[in-house]
Amino acid sequence: MNEPAVAIPLEAQPRLPHGVRLVHNEAYDGWVLLAPERVFKADPIAAEIVKRCTGDATVGSIVDDLAKTYSAPRERILADVSALLRRLADSRLLEL
Amino acid sequence: MAQDGRGQANGTHQSRQANGKGEAVLHRPIGLLAELTHRCPLGCPYCSNPLALDPRDGELDTETWARIFSEAATLGVLQVHLSGGEPGARRDLVEITAAAHSSGLYTNLITSAVGITAVTLAKLAEAGLDHVQISIQDDEPVSADHIANYRGAFARKKALAEKVVDLKIPLTVNCVVHRANIDRIGAMVDLAIGLGARRVEIAHVQYYGWALHNRDTLMPTAEQVERGVKAVEELRRSHQGKIVIDAVLPDYYARFPKPCVGGWGRRSLNVTPSGKVLPCHAAESIPGLEFWSVKDHSLTDIWINSPAFNAFRGTAWMQEPCRSCERREIDFGGCRCQAFILTGDAAAADPVCHLSPHHADVIALAAQHRDVPYSYRTNPRIR
Repeated sequence: MNEPAVAIPLEAQPRLPHGVRLVHNEAYDGWVLLAPERVFKADPIAAEIVKRCTGDATVGSIVDDLAKTYSAPRERILADVSALLRRLADSRLLEL
Repeated sequence: MAQDGRGQANGTHQSRQANGKGEAVLHRPIGLLAELTHRCPLGCPYCSNPLALDPRDGELDTETWARIFSEAATLGVLQVHLSGGEPGARRDLVEITAAAHSSGLYTNLITSAVGITAVTLAKLAEAGLDHVQISIQDDEPVSADHIANYRGAFARKKALAEKVVDLKIPLTVNCVVHRANIDRIGAMVDLAIGLGARRVEIAHVQYYGWALHNRDTLMPTAEQVERGVKAVEELRRSHQGKIVIDAVLPDYYARFPKPCVGGWGRRSLNVTPSGKVLPCHAAESIPGLEFWSVKDHSLTDIWINSPAFNAFRGTAWMQEPCRSCERREIDFGGCRCQAFILTGDAAAADPVCHLSPHHADVIALAAQHRDVPYSYRTNPRIR
């Protein structure tokens, strides 16, 4: 995990693989990512990013959409999105 | 089955710790281990099922399992691990899986692969199965079948793994390692990658049940453990992004104990084939605990009120050196069953911890090796 992070191409179309899904759970009052023998609590920002990983939308369009929806600087959104997607992909929780 | 490293490796769910006064704060369980049966075609000498196995005619029926899953979902459980014994020994496995799925639970099948046909697997996929974990005993058939005491098991595991991947169900390969195979971790990981697994667990044998019975035969040497740790580090580097490798130090060689089941009565629960609800699968080895059954109580009632679940919740039950230890809410004093097995006191510090006054005994046990034939696990008696 010490290797420098590989950048996520803007044209990639990320999606959750089979066996990984984001669900809203009332018992936890929020979103959780269910994966093989692992459970991750997704904070609201992570949930908004993962929800957009449909396999159709490109990373670029996801970033544009989030920047518009939350009126936030595109560079900051791009940094957040790239970091999360890289982490999920390295854990085999996301396909790029 | 058992022995799958789940005790250490699952989840990063954040939840509140016990409060400052040491009183138990009630958490919601994340995972339910459903031991559908103790029957299993394999005879692995490291099986962590109890020596006294539940007989077939005492097993819960389909409807009761369905009720348990529905109550589990209400209680907040997110994932159910369908295990055993070999869950494929249940003729109603498809119905059981469908019931878990329709309760909204993430369904994980933990199987030896022997006894699950391609046809059954396809039906399981249709019933909503989310993930499959297949155990392997070694990277080559002769040794693997010898360890499992079942000729042809290795070939059947490979065949089922291929079907799992064909059906696009995510696959974890669980490699149970011990003295006879620890030097082949690299080859086992390569096998897992070849089979199409996304995740591989390097699960060192933990010494409960049948494994405790075979401890001197299974215990790796210190040199082997050191080589094994290095091998895993290198594999993680070279396979990053290709396969996730979950591994922890084997108990008897650790400095700190494992946070067993994520803390007693805190994150998970276990239902035995006959319906007893346990804080962990080995809890019945601790004498004097009162376990409640799903036949008499709802799962929520058991989680909150059963004496066994409250016995070691929080930190108030702890003795020194745990009571004042800064890690008391990190590793929760380690494993209660192991504390009992090795010190005779279930409330003592797990002697795997270097701060335990009994730690020298663990070091001595780890140095004890005997090359005698395995005492294979047997099957429950047929009544």
